[in-house]
Amino acid sequence: MIHLIWFEMIKTFTRWRTYIGFIAFGIIVPMVVIGLKLGGQNSFKRSLLSLLQNDFIIGGNVLNGWFFGFFFMGALWVHVPIVLTIVAGDQIAGEGNAGTFRFLLTHSVSRTRIIAAKFIVTLIYTAVMVLFIGGLTIGLSLWAFGGGDLLVIRKGILVIQETRLPYLFLMAYGLATLAMFVVSSLCFLFSAFTDNPIGPIIATMAVIIVSIIIISLPFDLFQSVRPYLFVNYFDAWQKVFDDPVPWDIIRMNIIILAGFMITFFLAAVVYFSRKDILS
Amino acid sequence: MTDIILRTINLTKRYKNRLAVDHLNIEVRRGEIFGFLGPNGAGKSTTIRMILHLIFPTEGDVEIFGASMKEAGHRALERVGAVVEKPAFYGHLSALRNMEILGGLQKPVTRPRIMNYLERVGLADRASDPVKTYSHGMNQRLGLALILLKEPQLIILDEPTTGLDPQGMKEVRELILELSRERGVTVLLSSHLLYEVEMIATQMAIIHHGKLRVGGSVQDLLKKGPSEVLIKIDRPAEAMQFLKTNESYRSARIHSDGGINVELDQDRIPELNRQLVNAGFNVNALVPQRSLENYFLNLIEGHEGADNP
Repeated sequence: MIHLIWFEMIKTFTRWRTYIGFIAFGIIVPMVVIGLKLGGQNSFKRSLLSLLQNDFIIGGNVLNGWFFGFFFMGALWVHVPIVLTIVAGDQIAGEGNAGTFRFLLTHSVSRTRIIAAKFIVTLIYTAVMVLFIGGLTIGLSLWAFGGGDLLVIRKGILVIQETRLPYLFLMAYGLATLAMFVVSSLCFLFSAFTDNPIGPIIATMAVIIVSIIIISLPFDLFQSVRPYLFVNYFDAWQKVFDDPVPWDIIRMNIIILAGFMITFFLAAVVYFSRKDILS
Repeated sequence: MTDIILRTINLTKRYKNRLAVDHLNIEVRRGEIFGFLGPNGAGKSTTIRMILHLIFPTEGDVEIFGASMKEAGHRALERVGAVVEKPAFYGHLSALRNMEILGGLQKPVTRPRIMNYLERVGLADRASDPVKTYSHGMNQRLGLALILLKEPQLIILDEPTTGLDPQGMKEVRELILELSRERGVTVLLSSHLLYEVEMIATQMAIIHHGKLRVGGSVQDLLKKGPSEVLIKIDRPAEAMQFLKTNESYRSARIHSDGGINVELDQDRIPELNRQLVNAGFNVNALVPQRSLENYFLNLIEGHEGADNP
């Protein structure tokens, strides 16, 4: 199995399209940080701190690197799926499109093992991408704006001491990675249905957009389906910044997200194991 | 140990209302070069894909080295090497990497071994180039190198010379014959090119509209076909009149290139030659026609009529 995973790693990480996401975020994040440094930070000061200063005495470097790292995470998680699907959608459909299954599947190796190897590499890519974005945003923000305690405005206002922040951000990235695993798994499943790598990308984004619309609308009908939509658990990472940290809810979110991921993977295996290779 | 390497048992594939392969039964024995012949769309590729576990049969089974595909699944393919239609590779990777990946799925392969086979098919000097820069012929050769790397006992080739130039086609045929002679490899070769099968196959089966039309040794099937001779002669119109006077040559007709075609057993060619020369004609050539081709076309046309009354 290890050698199958290694072969899939070679196939995936030697394609330039794998690096589109790294290049895109590698350009966007520094640009935003530079923009903030060159004046954008003042807009935050005006709009955010002016509101708070009416009721609070604010001292120290509040608009620091941690604050912007947190801000970036909230802003980017909707965009990350787009780059993840470029690779996940190509994993199975790309082989079908190229006709390489005609060689790959005519060996004494089970389809399940081949699909499992592809899935593991898809998850590796997803994790690397999320950690790259996380590392880049936090690293650049801390470099540009320095450290300090984190001001979190969610269910009220919370100030988290800087000493706890590396640990909390690490946990947040872990939860964000799991949420993105679900996106990649769904795209991977769609990839098993077709030989056109564009189809899974569009289908996955359509599911995400429709789901977000559903959970955003305050209709009773939509709210009742909310627990069954995986995007409902995408903000699990933010919960580690609550006080007290709702560990039970986080644990449940982890189980639900993992459940979605495993279901999508198993569905892909079951479907692909009986699929006629016509390409 | 059974001598039958590959057997299809009532192999059937139905796509909605279309029957692509209809209860097909063929047997390939050890050491044979088995020609699997049929026009485009006859069901050859579907059959090959079912044999290779790429397509799942609607009905029936495949046995490879005595193992049922239904029971053994992909494990039945352990001693099988195959190229299905146009070989496809990871274009952004080199030939060497492609061989490492596709040849090393079952067990890792060493680079010297890969280079040995790339040398064998004349690709050693391009081993490090991305495969997307290869011509179609080079892809075919890489496909064959990949098969050789696996050292299979049964090789399945689906239209292996499609798109190759005459030299490439000749090389592939020679390679197949060499593998059969020197290593005793059994070969199942699908093709719509009759002469290809006639040149290298020992056994053959003809499939049309998904059904087996005929099977047997190529030699036997050659004998079954109507034997024709093309006469290249001066004054063909006069020669036609002369031939029509003889009851034995009533089938004579003018060929499109100006010669004359006549149905005739090959052992009577000298007699025909003698009669024409004695009648004062200059005979330039007497060419026995491809009997298998005629047989094949007659068979297909006959079944077209039967299938579409």
